[in-house]
Amino acid sequence: MTLAIDVQGLSKSFDGRIVVHDLTLKVARGQIYGFLGPNGSGKTTSIRMLCGLLKPDAGSGTCLGYDVIRETDAIKRHIGYMTQKFGLYEDLTIAENLQFTARVFGLDRRNQRIEAALERLGLQHRRNQLAGALSGGWKQRLALAACLLHEPQLLLLDEPTAGVDPKARRDFWDQIHAMAAQGITVLVSTHYMDEAERCHEIVYIAYGRLLTHGPIHQVIAESGLTTWAVSAKGNGARIAALSQALSGRPGVDAVAAFGAGLHVGGRDAAALERAIASHREDPLLSWHQTEPNLEDVFIDLVARAENEQRAA
Amino acid sequence: MFWRRFLAVFIKEFVQMRRDRITFAMMVGVPLMQLILFGYAINSDPKSLPTAVVIGDSSPFARSIVTALQNSDYFEIVGPPVSEREADELLRLGKVQFVVTIPVDFSRDLVRGERPTLLVEADATDPAATSNAISALISLNDTALDHDLKGPLAGLKDAPPPFALQIQRRYNEEGITQFNIVPGLMGVVLTMTMVMMTGLAMTREQERGTMENLLAMPIRPLEVMLGKIVPFIFVGYVQVAIIVLAAHYLFDVPIIGSLSLLFGAAVFFIAANLAVGFTFSTLAKSQMQAMQLSFFYFLPSLLLSGFMFPFRGMPDWAQWIGEVLPLTHFLRIIRGVMLKGNLPYEVWPNLWPIAAFMLAAMTLALLRYRRTVA
Repeated sequence: MTLAIDVQGLSKSFDGRIVVHDLTLKVARGQIYGFLGPNGSGKTTSIRMLCGLLKPDAGSGTCLGYDVIRETDAIKRHIGYMTQKFGLYEDLTIAENLQFTARVFGLDRRNQRIEAALERLGLQHRRNQLAGALSGGWKQRLALAACLLHEPQLLLLDEPTAGVDPKARRDFWDQIHAMAAQGITVLVSTHYMDEAERCHEIVYIAYGRLLTHGPIHQVIAESGLTTWAVSAKGNGARIAALSQALSGRPGVDAVAAFGAGLHVGGRDAAALERAIASHREDPLLSWHQTEPNLEDVFIDLVARAENEQRAA
Repeated sequence: MFWRRFLAVFIKEFVQMRRDRITFAMMVGVPLMQLILFGYAINSDPKSLPTAVVIGDSSPFARSIVTALQNSDYFEIVGPPVSEREADELLRLGKVQFVVTIPVDFSRDLVRGERPTLLVEADATDPAATSNAISALISLNDTALDHDLKGPLAGLKDAPPPFALQIQRRYNEEGITQFNIVPGLMGVVLTMTMVMMTGLAMTREQERGTMENLLAMPIRPLEVMLGKIVPFIFVGYVQVAIIVLAAHYLFDVPIIGSLSLLFGAAVFFIAANLAVGFTFSTLAKSQMQAMQLSFFYFLPSLLLSGFMFPFRGMPDWAQWIGEVLPLTHFLRIIRGVMLKGNLPYEVWPNLWPIAAFMLAAMTLALLRYRRTVA
């Protein structure tokens, strides 16, 4: 199996602040790789190092077989990078934006490619509309079309679905899966857990460090978390009181509101059971053990990373 | 309640002002700059103007006249006497402001009481620079030879003055201000718009978030810079054409030299300004800051180039700064070509400083741009 991305020990700091620390990443071709982490965790910086925009302070590796430090020109020619903010010109029309992109890449059969892209987008009749007049969802589709014009083998998408409605988001993901089926590798950063679940594998980073990676079921299984779901008969006041009572108790590592109930999680199953024992007898509460979801896992990972940071 | 809400906005404004360093520097820097430039650099009564003398008759009278010129503060005789042809050349090149010609047989005619004519030619492309010196010349006429006219010649002291003074305003006989201002405006307009336009063009990409996308594509810094600059060269030429047409049809400014020479020289000047604008755009974080930086460049260009105030009236330090600015040289080129009919070799001494400035600015722009990228 060949790797689309294969980097070791990438690090970057700005003004002495470490933004990405020792990032090692291996992504197989044709995979959809979810890149997750809280705001400011170093996702964008990592992506910018992968696509040759930023020079890492340390580390090495390849993207599509090209060296990320020395062969940035080749990388730029062969990957598609979609920036977090709409990166095309709002005062150019849809067709003009595509023309510009095609020219910069020096593509042959320019008009043919643009026609095909417009058709795929369903934008033929709006080709002369200014990009600035498009809604968020359409802008995102246009941006994706522009970075697909040169038929890249690797797509780096930086929070592509921020501010896009659910329907457009679903269409977008269908398109990503269709591309992966054709062998295109996709690395996509996101905040949405449901999107993470659409990825073949995920990477979770926080504070510039990779905390976990792998297929979702594996990430969950490896977390070693025990999670109890509690729901209350009656009003929410009871749940709020319980949340207060349990937070910070030994054995309880995470308490999170979940719908009308709570998720209570801990790494030590026995300690967690001791902590909740007295509350389990409460007739107004109903308890059952559940599989932790991705969010539980991530919140726990971040909490642990915070503790380690503080300890260090 | 009114005061509390007023204070909320008031405090917020101060905090924001402190954050925006460039704006703050502008508010303090511009008055300081104006104070220095207007207070120390500008002088609308230029003295010590370089003057060449052509002596057709070497006599004590001639020497006295030269000494008197020197003593008047307005004239500074440069070098030894020159031939008529050399003097003409110096004037065309703008190396001297005046040529004083003492004709053959000057002393003989003077002694005979025939009132010989002393010819003074002034480079009147900038009438303001020469008018005070010319007034001084007229009073000089009465007294220059007082010491020499003794004994039998004492009678010549009585009015009318012993010799006649013929003043020739070269290149602008009637001393029309527009002849100086309108061609000069070409340089000023180009400086203002070219620097600002490119300054805005690049920061706009930053502000709108299109820069990141551009950088991620396989395009090199030089390609981006040239691609951004060249369209404005066309805009610059449109401006040049408008001003040339207006100069000719509206203001009757003579166009003696070759227009193609002017257009050819303009390309360097335009490119130099564009490169400055590009550099500013790599320094500025917003379009607003790019505008402010352009102003910082524009102000000394306007004041120290010789456009608004006579270049030779300024103290040395201001002239040195002026010599670095492309506008100074471009003004000399336009006035030289349009009013004096300068030829390519006469334009060269002012063209290479512009070209050198252009190369320096482009290198700086490219280095700065590369740094923004990395």
